[in-house]
Amino acid sequence: MSTEKPKKRPLSPTRRVQSRREFIRTTVLAGGTLIVALAGYVPLAGGGTRRLRPPGALKDAQLHERDFLSACIKCGQCVQVCPVEAIKLADLTDGFGIGVPFIEARAQACDFSCDGLQCVLACPTGALTHDLDYPAQARMGFARIARPQACLAVQGEGFRGQARGPDFTGELRYQEVDRWNPIPVAEHPYDLELCDLCVRQCPIEIRIAQCAAGEPPSGDPNQCPPRPAIRLDPIGDNGAKMPVIADGCVGCGVCEMICPVEPTVIVIDVDQTADTATA
Amino acid sequence: MNYFVESLAQLLGRAPSKPTRDELEPEVQEIYFEKRRHKLTKKELRALEAAHERSRHRHKWRNRRWATLIIVNLLFVISYYFDVQLVEGALTASRVIGFHMADLNSALQVMLAYKHVVLNLLIGTVTVFLLWVLLGGRTFCSWVCPYHLVAEFAESIHLKLVEKKWVKPVTFRRSVRTVFYVIFALLAVVTGYTVFETLSPTGILSRALIYGPSLALAWVVFLLLFEIFVSRRAWCRYICPIGLTYGLVGTISPIRVKYNVKSCHHEGDCRKVCMVPHVLDTTIRMRARDVEVPIGADCTRCGLCVDICPTDSLNFEFVGSKKLG
Repeated sequence: MSTEKPKKRPLSPTRRVQSRREFIRTTVLAGGTLIVALAGYVPLAGGGTRRLRPPGALKDAQLHERDFLSACIKCGQCVQVCPVEAIKLADLTDGFGIGVPFIEARAQACDFSCDGLQCVLACPTGALTHDLDYPAQARMGFARIARPQACLAVQGEGFRGQARGPDFTGELRYQEVDRWNPIPVAEHPYDLELCDLCVRQCPIEIRIAQCAAGEPPSGDPNQCPPRPAIRLDPIGDNGAKMPVIADGCVGCGVCEMICPVEPTVIVIDVDQTADTATA
Repeated sequence: MNYFVESLAQLLGRAPSKPTRDELEPEVQEIYFEKRRHKLTKKELRALEAAHERSRHRHKWRNRRWATLIIVNLLFVISYYFDVQLVEGALTASRVIGFHMADLNSALQVMLAYKHVVLNLLIGTVTVFLLWVLLGGRTFCSWVCPYHLVAEFAESIHLKLVEKKWVKPVTFRRSVRTVFYVIFALLAVVTGYTVFETLSPTGILSRALIYGPSLALAWVVFLLLFEIFVSRRAWCRYICPIGLTYGLVGTISPIRVKYNVKSCHHEGDCRKVCMVPHVLDTTIRMRARDVEVPIGADCTRCGLCVDICPTDSLNFEFVGSKKLG
């Protein structure tokens, strides 16, 4: 050996043992680190990371969100610009989805009170795609009446008081109260003959009504949704009505958030969108 | 050997090359020869060190660096907390007074995994690239990365435990960082996920500071415990691809530490405090090829060696101008 490389002195036996041990240790370090790194796939495989995402979150035709998880640079700029603070960042339990934004609609839905899709504009990588210009173009999920029997409207009942009780911290923008600042839902009690909160607070329905009145949001007719999202259809003769989701639903989650029944009657399915649900 | 080649080779994990006597500049040979003839006595050395110990500048660069690191990270926190929109986002990507910035390694992982680059990300990446070329590459590690600061604290505990012989320090091969770099890059391309971000204590800490504590901090604590009880600065030395990314940038940076062999007494204090001591091998007797030797790109420009050197043999330089600070 030493004849081939005269410049390099051969290692002493002790050094050789040390060197071999260091190599083995290093291999163990590398293997261990990689196992921990790849363990980040486990939550994804289990489907535990399917969450409601902010508007514009990338998904493919099968609604898989791999592109979203990879394109997201985990910086949270979307979190910072949201006026209702609907966006949270996922924790280590989401594996590769760590630091990726999601929305827990029941606690705080996206009510599009920024009008201009601030989170999309803030996203530096296009993980929230800039193809999106208006709330009605979002495809976050699709609403579903999970427990029709529990629905107050189905029972023909009205609703009085704070939609989610006095301790609920969620906020909504009430155009008639303050155009610019969302207020806590708890500070805006209702008095309704027949509960229609899911339709009444639907951001798409609100926009449709504004456009019908000739006052589109921000004075921009492009903001007008092309199709309705939710309506109440009469059932029976006692004035009872059934909420029906239409293909204008973008899955923002306001209906899930505002529903006064516990647990909520209406939920957002993240593995559906208006396109797949009505196809 | 050419500075760039040597610097790059060290960065990727090769041991620093040892010059033969003939490869030393004649002037340097003369200096080493003179030093051997006029050896300082132990007493003179002690006096020199004692004087330095009392110096006002004993922790100059460390203090500047800690202040910078804390201020930069606090800017993110304060900006969000008071909604002043000065620095939005986290260390992985941000907007500084509206200008896009993207961490080079995070941006690289995203590009490899997603395989598309939107203009904003490109702008942010190029901006940050130019910034760190100017500022020294791995300067990011020691002057900005929040993990570096907590790891320095863990390191001081580790060194105390080693001193008391309660812990036997473990070393690994430095070249494994390059292996990790390639593996993480391949994983991003093949799986289509930013696998490294799951582990990155830099991202985890930065987000935790800004958006509140998370379970992921447990991973950071685990890393720190590993560094306290097993291996000194293991994450930064052997694993972190962020360091390697910025190191590559640093090979062409004008800000670096420069060693001057004339005044050096070769005691090795600098190598003891250094996180990447191989870059300072040139301070060992008969290792400097020239009177002045620039330190390679794996150096994080933390300034601990500059602070501790009792003879002013190590200094920051901005290539083409005088010494800094």
